[in-house]
Amino acid sequence: MSLPTSPRARMHGGITPPGNKQQSLRHPIRRLPLPPQLIVPVEQRGEPLPELLVSVGDRVEQGQCLARGRGERAVSSHAPAAGVVTDIGTQPLPDDQAGGLTCVTIATAPSTASTRCLPPLDPARCGSEILLQRLRDAGITGLGGAGFPTHTKVLAAIGRVETLIVNATECEPFITADAALLQERVDDVLRGASLLLQITGASRCLIGIQDDEPAAIASLQAALADARFQLCVLPARYPHGAEALLVHVLTGKEVLMGRPAIDYGVLCHNPATLHAVARAVLHGEPLISRVMTLTGAALRDPGNYDVLIGTPVATALQACGLDEWQHSRSLAGGPLLGVELQQATVPLTKTSNCILATTEAELPRPPPPQPCIRCGLCADVCPVRLLPQQLHWFSRSGELDKAAAHHLEDCIDCGACAYVCPSAIPLVQQFRLAKTRLAEQRIRQQQADLARERFEAHQARVANQQRLDEQRRHERAALLQRKQAEAAARAQAVNTVTPASTPSPQDVIAAALARVQARKAAKLAAAPTALPPEGEAPP
Amino acid sequence: MSSRVTASSPHMHLGHGTSQVMQLVLLATVPGFTALFFCFGWGVLFNLLWVPACAVACEAVVLKLRRRPPLATLCDCSALLTGVLLAAALPPTAPWWLGLLGSGLAIVLAKQLYGGLGFNPFNPAMVGYAALLLAFPVEMTRWLLPRDVGDALPDFVTALGLFLGQETLTPIDAYTGATALTLFREELGGQTVAEFWQSSPVLGHWSGTGWEWVNGGFLLGGLFLLYRRVIGWQIPVTLLGALALLATLFHDGGSSASHGPPLLHLFGGASMFGAFFIATDPVTAATSARGRLVYGALIGSVIFCLRAFSSYPDGVAFAVLLGNFAVPFIDRCTQPRVRGQQK
Ligand code: SF4
Ligand code: SF4
Repeated sequence: MSLPTSPRARMHGGITPPGNKQQSLRHPIRRLPLPPQLIVPVEQRGEPLPELLVSVGDRVEQGQCLARGRGERAVSSHAPAAGVVTDIGTQPLPDDQAGGLTCVTIATAPSTASTRCLPPLDPARCGSEILLQRLRDAGITGLGGAGFPTHTKVLAAIGRVETLIVNATECEPFITADAALLQERVDDVLRGASLLLQITGASRCLIGIQDDEPAAIASLQAALADARFQLCVLPARYPHGAEALLVHVLTGKEVLMGRPAIDYGVLCHNPATLHAVARAVLHGEPLISRVMTLTGAALRDPGNYDVLIGTPVATALQACGLDEWQHSRSLAGGPLLGVELQQATVPLTKTSNCILATTEAELPRPPPPQPCIRCGLCADVCPVRLLPQQLHWFSRSGELDKAAAHHLEDCIDCGACAYVCPSAIPLVQQFRLAKTRLAEQRIRQQQADLARERFEAHQARVANQQRLDEQRRHERAALLQRKQAEAAARAQAVNTVTPASTPSPQDVIAAALARVQARKAAKLAAAPTALPPEGEAPP
Repeated sequence: MSSRVTASSPHMHLGHGTSQVMQLVLLATVPGFTALFFCFGWGVLFNLLWVPACAVACEAVVLKLRRRPPLATLCDCSALLTGVLLAAALPPTAPWWLGLLGSGLAIVLAKQLYGGLGFNPFNPAMVGYAALLLAFPVEMTRWLLPRDVGDALPDFVTALGLFLGQETLTPIDAYTGATALTLFREELGGQTVAEFWQSSPVLGHWSGTGWEWVNGGFLLGGLFLLYRRVIGWQIPVTLLGALALLATLFHDGGSSASHGPPLLHLFGGASMFGAFFIATDPVTAATSARGRLVYGALIGSVIFCLRAFSSYPDGVAFAVLLGNFAVPFIDRCTQPRVRGQQK
């Protein structure tokens, strides 16, 4: 039992939307029935294609490795259930609109064979390299937001951080997956945190959680025995969970937007990831399922479920009693950050923490936007202390440089501004668009700058060459003049010494030599014109 | 599930629309108008019915000309609110054409010519009021003596006659008189404040008879708006604070050179109305919280200066317009520090 510490700073602004958390916390974590088909993503965005270890028609066991990542940051993928590989190809995913990623489709079949696990490790006798390799082999990526590979993040933090932050602030409405995990599997979460403390050499662990999840807090307090762990209870306010803001609130360090928390000596992970880390190291379990919240008024049986990775959204929702009549739309993620799903065939992935199957009554679509009345409410709630209203004017009129001067790029898309805006202006949408444009503009600007620099350097070289040539020409011309003058003088001397007599043989030879020399000099003087034209000087 | 155009996050909204905000402000004018009606009679009611109707009609016509769908825009209630605020500012003896002209100026000149709601730099109701004041100073300053002062309020027929512009039928001079603020500026004449207060029936407990009720009514409505968080505290508090501070400084212990006690200023003229209903118009006010502190204080100071040193008895309209003018500068100087940026 430990007493919570108090936060070190206050988040500016923020909103307190209705939590809607009870719906999914009525039951303990349950399992969904085995889906007939699983679509398992094996590729990671921005990484080379993985090395596939199975092909179509192969029989796979639960936990069998399907693909091994090739890049530094790539992780392995595993079969969530036994079955037969029916397809390997690109499939759309919930969290991205543009194209999909390579997935292995498995037609599942009940199997009596036990899960194929990796050998459990004893952390006391393993170096960090072995532990990190295990995270990679078990396919652990961040289960919170961006799905960043955990071993890479931890590797970057080794020796550089003194604090591990457990981000248990599920500040978005409806989502309770982490809370459920902390209520039922708190020991594994804390073991995962200890492992990361061991690997990174951090000295303490701060657990940030909001006061609207009392059961999870109680469970944590009961489980905390280690003095390195401190619990910090925050008032429920969105968006406390944004990494930069949470680091500020918990440690008092104001993180510059866009800078990784590691630069401030802090490593952030969420409970689900830590749970997966502990399972992978201590039990050798690859990441083949995760706890997620399936909720919304369109579900008869909302709750937290342990879902196999690759379960199609439609299958999962049907298993929870989807009411097709009431159902208006499904969101991957919560109501404030989530993405509206285009098709229900997409699979649930490692980063899916919530599917919200909602109705028009529960989450009505916004009314048509009206003009901004400059009420300033948006600026009051912006946690980054931006002026969304000004950004709105600038992005509307295409004044991107002014928007950038007002720090548009620091916007974290949290949507607090759009939530309160009485004119229902789709501010986040505008900001995203403007940010994309700005990024494009910056790239174009960089390219132009580069081209200009190259051109200027070239011009300078050409000018230099010209100057040198000019100088050389002058020197040669001067030399020639001198030589000619000398030759003329000598010839005259010969003539004056023996004006009447026939020239002696020596004189004839000398005169011939002088002529030859004069010709040579003349040739040399003419040489520069034979140089290659300046434009073709090597760049 | 069919594929359709997806909306961007967030998918949740607080649900307080612009029209709800306007409706709450409209609701909050009820106590003020009740007091006005009680103190000045039927003329107030005619204004209240006529001016908003004109404002909405003007808005509809302009929208039609600008080829905008009139209904969607009219539903935001902003034109209605402008009309109601202008109605509260017009004297109860105003003939119909004054209201029509005023709302036309407010809606067409001050609002739609700039591009409509949200784009107007000046408060439309105050532009309308100030323009009328400059063009028709006599009609615009012809306030009735409040109930219980002077003879009686004009009855319904007389008030209707005034409204219809039949001045020949209704001798208006019998009913009108100087307001407390005017008296203080012009007729102190060597008396101390205490002596003067004794001698004039126009002065009530704290301020002008009747006017203190009107200001009390608008104060009540303003507190309601504060409670419902429709407006922030910054502008009213700094506006009234600056006004009270200057009035106290220049009160001069109540001597004959006094510009009147602070309460006379706080509860006289359009102080409360201006502080809670006019200066707080979000469209034309400063944006940030800090900016609003400056903005409110500026308007409060200018109100006092105009009352004390200009030829106009009340200066709320001009002070607000001056404040509107200063908004871009205030906004630039009070831009908040972005999180994570150097102080
Ligand atoms: S979406 Fe951007 S501008 Fe809006 S509140 Fe969040 S950080 Fe501020
Ligand atoms: S909340 Fe909406 S209406 Fe108000 S200032 Fe911001 S963008 Fe404008």
